[in-house]
Amino acid sequence: MAAGFAQWGNDLYSGKRSYNIVGHRNRWFLFSGALVALAVTFLLARGLNSGIEFRGGSQFLVSNVSNTSQQIATDAVIGVERAAVPLVSLVGGNSVRVQAGDLTADQVTAVRSALASGYGVATSDVTSTFIGPSWGADVTQKALRGLVIFLVLVAIVMTLYFRDWRMAVAALVALGHDLILTVGVYAAVGFEVTPAGVIGLLTILGYSIYDTVVVFDKVRENTAGVADQKRHTYAELANLALNQTLVRSINTSVVALLPVAAILFIGSFLLGAGTLRDIALALFVGMIAGTFSSIFIATPLQVALRARERGIAEHTTAVLQRRVAADVAVTASGVPAAITVSAAPLHAGGHLGTAAQPKRKKRRSPGNPKR
Amino acid sequence: MRTLVVLAIAIAALFGTIVAGTQFSKATLVPKLALDLEGGTQIILTPVLDTGATVSDTTITEAIRIMRQRVDSSGVSEAQITSQGGRNIVVGIPGKPDQATLDLVRKSAQMRFRAVLNVAAPDAKSTSATPTASSSASTTASASPSGSPTASPSATATSTAAPITQPTDTPTTKPTSASDPAWVTPGLMAVFDGLDCTKPENRRGGGADDPARPLVACDPTGTQKFLLGPVELEGKDLSSADSGLKMGPNGVVTNEWVVNLQFTGAGAKKFGAITTRMKPATPPFNQFGIVLDGLVISAPAVNEPILNGQAEISGGNITRTSAATLANQLSFGALPLTFSVQSEEQISATLGAEQLQRGLLAGLIGLVLVVIYSMLQYRTLGLVTVASLVIAGTITYGLITLLSWTQGYRLSLPGVAGIIVSIGITADSFIVFFERVRDELREGRTLLAAIEQGWERARRTILAADGVNFLAAVVLYFLAVGGVRGFAYTLGLTTIVDLVVVFTFTHPVLRLLARTPFFAEGHKFSGLDPNQLVSAGARYRGRGQVARPALAGAAPQVADDGPRLTIAERRAAAARAQAAADGNDAADAGSASSKGSDN
Repeated sequence: MAAGFAQWGNDLYSGKRSYNIVGHRNRWFLFSGALVALAVTFLLARGLNSGIEFRGGSQFLVSNVSNTSQQIATDAVIGVERAAVPLVSLVGGNSVRVQAGDLTADQVTAVRSALASGYGVATSDVTSTFIGPSWGADVTQKALRGLVIFLVLVAIVMTLYFRDWRMAVAALVALGHDLILTVGVYAAVGFEVTPAGVIGLLTILGYSIYDTVVVFDKVRENTAGVADQKRHTYAELANLALNQTLVRSINTSVVALLPVAAILFIGSFLLGAGTLRDIALALFVGMIAGTFSSIFIATPLQVALRARERGIAEHTTAVLQRRVAADVAVTASGVPAAITVSAAPLHAGGHLGTAAQPKRKKRRSPGNPKR
Repeated sequence: MRTLVVLAIAIAALFGTIVAGTQFSKATLVPKLALDLEGGTQIILTPVLDTGATVSDTTITEAIRIMRQRVDSSGVSEAQITSQGGRNIVVGIPGKPDQATLDLVRKSAQMRFRAVLNVAAPDAKSTSATPTASSSASTTASASPSGSPTASPSATATSTAAPITQPTDTPTTKPTSASDPAWVTPGLMAVFDGLDCTKPENRRGGGADDPARPLVACDPTGTQKFLLGPVELEGKDLSSADSGLKMGPNGVVTNEWVVNLQFTGAGAKKFGAITTRMKPATPPFNQFGIVLDGLVISAPAVNEPILNGQAEISGGNITRTSAATLANQLSFGALPLTFSVQSEEQISATLGAEQLQRGLLAGLIGLVLVVIYSMLQYRTLGLVTVASLVIAGTITYGLITLLSWTQGYRLSLPGVAGIIVSIGITADSFIVFFERVRDELREGRTLLAAIEQGWERARRTILAADGVNFLAAVVLYFLAVGGVRGFAYTLGLTTIVDLVVVFTFTHPVLRLLARTPFFAEGHKFSGLDPNQLVSAGARYRGRGQVARPALAGAAPQVADDGPRLTIAERRAAAARAQAAADGNDAADAGSASSKGSDN
């Protein structure tokens, strides 16, 4: 399998096999647009199920318990309201504190009796009260302020590094796409949004931009001398960069996703670690979206923006005209016509290092010292 | 080779410090865990008004803000503060907090008005202007409204003991009024000079100051420090405070935001006396400081004697939000609020030990899968990835342990999540590097040359991408509070560790390995087998020999007037011709390689 994969990587690198992602960009934009629209629809229709930390909720205190297993409480609450993942902790020696978000009056009564029967105590030993949010508006406000400042700084840094504001714009659009998709999946699945989930979302932010920067760096490298040659258009070189980093993107996302997927699927669904599932879900969806958007959104969008630039547009026209002329000539001479673009590396003539020079065996001449 | 030795020494030093710390100090070999993973102490406080009136929602919100200010300034411990039942405040502190921390939480928040005796820049040992030297008369009321205080990191180990702000030496001459410079004794001046308001631990607040003595205090943002006289007016002398637009002289609403104060009958008399005394004084003696919870939230100057008990704080830099914040703080301070402790109990981790164990088990399974995948992809080279990840994990563990000792950092679930994600980002650095090396091999470089060339290109990418990540960490750390800060901390930490490992471990190790015959000759399982990577083109083998893959069928000749084709283009055309000819596996044609002598 790995050999086949390596072969595939070779073909992608040389351009023997190529996926025309940039060329079909409108298709991908449509696809992503549909996904984002779907996410927004879910978000508007179902809303987010924000957790107890944001909205406050009900707190139950079970006194005089003999068996202090926290699982009993978790099962009792989930038995009443599936979406609510309770926070359970032991207070003192023989009490269990259960916090669960947003229950109706009937559900509160049901949870009380479920807790009482689960722990084998009288219903009077289970008290309930309302608690306020621990993740208050001020925490959100400060996090948002930090976020906005971060995005502005990232835009500046990327513009300076790539010497091109379009790359910053494309990266931020891709980032927005990832965040909306992740939040949309939250709304669709109906998982509770907890601080852990929000932090998962922030992690996605870092990952998405990171991944985009890695891909853009290859695009930058491939297109550095675009104006100096007449063989390939900017879009083709960018597409080649995408294909050349495809193996990297796949390997990275698999390696990053494996632990997260293990926590999400094995941990949450098989073993029942419910409190980890929200952060794992955010990371899982966000990382897939992040990898997808770096390849299918960020780079094509960046190319679309660059294509409007005058110099790039003129260059593209010149390349295409030249190619048409060559095509006609080739056909006239009887050779199969389809010389389509398979962009080989532009720096083919580079020096390969002294180690690549012919070596003389066991003989030394004054003009050619060892190595 | 040398870098590897340096790295080994650095890691040894890191763990040596921790072990030494466990011997001579209170360090531990495992990092301390946060409230959600370890549990801690839960304190339920009820704000009580002396008047017996009910506590409103805004008061609770303000009280929670003050609690957060007190607790957050003592490190990245991620305390949890909530309201309960609309009238209680629940403070969760991880681990076993020491007595000083508990005292800090229990202290009541008092607001007091004190006369300003001196104002200086926030840092220690700044030459403070002598009170009489200042002659600039302030004609407009100046105010320093403070928004919610910025949470900043504490760079030093946190001590919960409150700084001495009230030395006990008595003035030699008996001061005639609260504004009398005679209050300023040499001892007091020394404390004032020594106070560094840029340090967050000095801005934690806590309102246990003695009303009869002068006080040295910071403003909540750490931009100024104040030397204040004894208390002249208590919070309870204020009946209400609100913010609004300033009314012009002829009843026209202007565009300027102000905070309106309404004093009680007794308060109005005292305030009248204060303002009458302060009006003719020179700055800063014409200012009074409003001290809430040990911090000067505002220090307006007096424009005119105010005898009717209705004052107005205005100033050029007051915005709608800052006016509202100040009004809220003043209203809160107007209530003689004390916190009575309802209960103080040990609580277990909210996540539950069972759940956490399952989560960690799942994470472990994931890691094993990562190892298997990288072995499949990179063969023996995958071992370098795994070794690098192990090194990165070791350093991260060591640093977190060290920081939980020196800085009171506590690992929470979001922190663990940050570390799990960092596996991906760390592994990505190696993947970017390895893929670059493979690319260079595909172009026909020898292994050593490919590693050097690939490293040069990969380094740039890694630095740029990690730089963005680090930026995210720094910004979020300095601007956010609570759990987000803990996350940012872990993210920044792992990003730096990633750079350290890829620069000082992965690259040197790969260079060393390239010298071994196993890798240099491109063994089938080395992951760098040139024969697997060669199909991209002719590979120069050295000694005047070129290895080139066999081409099925004749390569199409390029028409003389056409553009020169690259090798890859020619081969692609050949493959197409071949496919057209017999319609079967043209794709495999390039994979078999043959050696040819070709000068």
